[in-house]
Amino acid sequence: MLAAQYPVLPVIVPLLSAPIAALMPNRSLAWIMASLVSALVFATAVALTVIVSAQGMISYEVGGWPAPYGIEVRVDSFSVVMLLVISGASTLALISGKASIDAQIPSDRQPLFFAAWLLALAAYSGIAVAGDAFNIFVFMEISSLAGYVLIANGPDRRALPATFKYLVMGTIGASFYLIGVGLAYMMTGTLNIADLHARLGDVPYLRPILLSAAFVTIGLAVKAAVFPLHVWMPNAYARAPSAVAVFLSACSTKAAVYVMLRFDFMIFGGAFAHHDVQFSTVLMSLALLGMLIGSAVAIYERDVKRMLGYSSVGQIGYILLGASMISLGGVSAGVIHMFNHAMIKGGLFLAMGALVLRLGGGTLDDLKGAGRTMPWTMGAFVLLGLSLIGMPLTAGFISKWYLVQAALDLGTLGIVLIAAILISSLMAVVYIWRVVEVAYFQSPQAGASKHQEAPLMMLVPLWAVVLANVYFGLDPSIPVDLATNAANILLEHAK
Amino acid sequence: MTGFDSHGMLLGMILLIPLLGAVLVGMASRWPNLRETGSVLAALALTFAVWSLLPGALAGERPELVLFEILPNVPFAFKAEPLGLLFAALASLLWVVSTIYSMGYMRGNNEAHQTRFFMLFAVALFAAMGVAFSANLLTLFIFYEVLTVSTYPLVTHKGDEASMRAGRVYFGILIGASIGLFLPAIIWTYALTGTLDFVPGGILEGHLAGPAVGLMLGLYVYGAAKAAVMPLHRWLPAAMVAPTPVSALLHAVAVVKAGVFTIVKIIIYVFGVDFLFATPSSGWLVPVAAFTVIMASLIALRQTNLKRLLAYSTISQLSYIVLATAILAPLSQVGAALHIAAHGFGKITLFFAAGSIYTASKKTDITQMNGIGLRMPLTMGAFAIGALSMIGVPPMAGFVSKWYMLGGALQTENYLAIGTIILSTVLNAAYFLPILYRAFFLTENVAPPREHGEANWPIRLALGTTALLTIAFFVFNGPVVDLEMQLVETLL
Repeated sequence: MLAAQYPVLPVIVPLLSAPIAALMPNRSLAWIMASLVSALVFATAVALTVIVSAQGMISYEVGGWPAPYGIEVRVDSFSVVMLLVISGASTLALISGKASIDAQIPSDRQPLFFAAWLLALAAYSGIAVAGDAFNIFVFMEISSLAGYVLIANGPDRRALPATFKYLVMGTIGASFYLIGVGLAYMMTGTLNIADLHARLGDVPYLRPILLSAAFVTIGLAVKAAVFPLHVWMPNAYARAPSAVAVFLSACSTKAAVYVMLRFDFMIFGGAFAHHDVQFSTVLMSLALLGMLIGSAVAIYERDVKRMLGYSSVGQIGYILLGASMISLGGVSAGVIHMFNHAMIKGGLFLAMGALVLRLGGGTLDDLKGAGRTMPWTMGAFVLLGLSLIGMPLTAGFISKWYLVQAALDLGTLGIVLIAAILISSLMAVVYIWRVVEVAYFQSPQAGASKHQEAPLMMLVPLWAVVLANVYFGLDPSIPVDLATNAANILLEHAK
Repeated sequence: MTGFDSHGMLLGMILLIPLLGAVLVGMASRWPNLRETGSVLAALALTFAVWSLLPGALAGERPELVLFEILPNVPFAFKAEPLGLLFAALASLLWVVSTIYSMGYMRGNNEAHQTRFFMLFAVALFAAMGVAFSANLLTLFIFYEVLTVSTYPLVTHKGDEASMRAGRVYFGILIGASIGLFLPAIIWTYALTGTLDFVPGGILEGHLAGPAVGLMLGLYVYGAAKAAVMPLHRWLPAAMVAPTPVSALLHAVAVVKAGVFTIVKIIIYVFGVDFLFATPSSGWLVPVAAFTVIMASLIALRQTNLKRLLAYSTISQLSYIVLATAILAPLSQVGAALHIAAHGFGKITLFFAAGSIYTASKKTDITQMNGIGLRMPLTMGAFAIGALSMIGVPPMAGFVSKWYMLGGALQTENYLAIGTIILSTVLNAAYFLPILYRAFFLTENVAPPREHGEANWPIRLALGTTALLTIAFFVFNGPVVDLEMQLVETLL
């Protein structure tokens, strides 16, 4: 019965294949292995999505030890959204990344690079399916360590300070999280999320739990690059190898947001009075600031990858804004945007990978005239940019629609939120259009005459993402249904 | 809601034909003659498909095509009703003429990127058809945005610094208004009513009252910035950097009419004329539209660049349509619908003439055009017909729509509207007649770079055709009036 083992496959398979990839004799074999494993995880994620949609939550007891004593793996609608994002991004990044990885990373180091990649994949999947707080910590650490290795392989030495900044801030975040989990464990004696939720009701003295909630939320906010704790992120994306930027931009911050929502809704939400008010006041203000300031900074950024990083600060704001409304509509909108934004931003970084490969750099100056020399890549960039702005016919529009609709239920406050959403969208028009104008209206730099279109292996995954964007913009029922289920699960526990 | 019948299938065809046309044009990029034949055939096929819906519509048929649901209770759906049909019939017919014209213009001026040009033209027509036949606000919004995005590269066709700047204004204002105003209005409507369907009599009555109605109306009127109601009009003069066929078909017909069409449609099918009439907070629209009519005419008086003058004239004429629908009288709704067509015929003729002058003589300024009527009698004759139609002189198209607008204004005794229409007629005459005087009665003051007569034959054919259509609309407007009367038959 393989089907019964599906919930652990996304973790076990990449984890076990990582050392094998490290031992591969040459770079192509390691790449093939990593791509196949990643595709297998994606297939498993799709299978799990089908099963969860039909039957509801799956609980898997590792080694047959029952929860809460054994390790529990739990897969619900929220987990499968994450799994789809993680494995989809990893697979597309690997397939499209072959050429750019070969260009940016020395051959002898590549098997180790792919081993680190598979570890990151295993760890992110682990975060998505883990049923207890400590395993989440372990996976978070694996994902971060693997992530540092991946980013440090960036094409020039600026990757090292970027990694160091990420490492310091990531460690602070993880420590905060661990302190918070420790406090909760001290008061309840359990680490299983469902069990924590059940037992917190019996804790007589709640002050440590309040502290625990603060530590966990802030620690995860660092990892999620929530404004103003985002400073590690734009450089980490910009200096990393192009393929890594695709993978991490789609799932590193989202994994942290995912854990944050799990904790704040499923554990702390029902535990003490006013948690929802505190959570929503703090996060909503941070989300608003992130949306406005992140997008504003993006406008002035001349390095397009850093620009996309700051844009992500704003987009994380959208996700948190939805979550901080603590309504079915709001939380679903947040989860929908997690899915859509991963698709959009991952796609934009795919396009950047192709542009950097051919043009040698990712600043606005490098992109001059790219609209003429690389029409397919830039065409995809423009369409994904329109999705980021929220144009109809694209997935980004669906996100905005649900977010604004949820905000409308909040009365006067809602109008302020809608204004912020719209202003931030208009700023997205500005920063995307700067790239468009440079690429289509300026002539290529002198000496950069012999540019050509990106290889087919990059264009196919890129356009697959573009088409997925259009598809989910026209028929959003899959993400919307999953997100609504996820929001129901989260809110049910918060009551 | 029903599925689809044979006429519903026809709606699907109407959307597919321009898209197929775009693909064909792209595939034939290496053979210009074949490529343009493809464009003309697509335009003819589209015209045939749209016009074949007309007899049924006159008999009261309303074919539908429901594809799938995008949001709960909001399908991706199309429906042919009198207003949209008129807009589609107009745009498709004029697409045929302007394709012929474009052929002459683009080749006559050795423009670059002609394949891209003809492809995007077809995509813009696809978007216009989608706007015309949308059965609900969301479907309309989708195509409305496709229209903005697909026309941006047409406006910036030259690809130089000036067109980049103009493109910024064009895209910035249109997208800004859509995202900032139109979209919130749609979502607000959906939150209030749970539906976005276009229903005769409106959907908002009973869900919204007091000043909020005026606010909602404002979000829609300014959100549909393609209607260029002041102060969101700057994009239209900016768009004049485009090649003239774009200005002619898109910025005198397809794009700008999509804007006013959207406003008229929303007033009739979302608010409901009776509901708005009973709500005083919607009254601001009449003075604002009247102001735009007068102000744009005054600015037009001071223009020396012919295309910019025509652009401001368009702004003024578009607000005529908004004004007519804002009067909220049944007859003026008919007038608004008729003016969409009447102004389309007249203004495309004027733009064709401007492009013809440019192709033959490279002249763009009115001050250089002394005596040009003697060199180019056909062009300036057509220009005269278009200009007289703008002023509203019989036997031109503009007279018919003005008649109904004035009729509506008298019905409701709206003296502001009556005064505006009369004053603007005077102003229209004040900026068009001097051009005709210069062209025919003054002697040439600026020698052209080379001797020239009329422009090449496709240009002459196209502008002659539209000039005849301008007159024909005066004579044969009966079926159109009958069709548009169906819009308001419940109100009469």
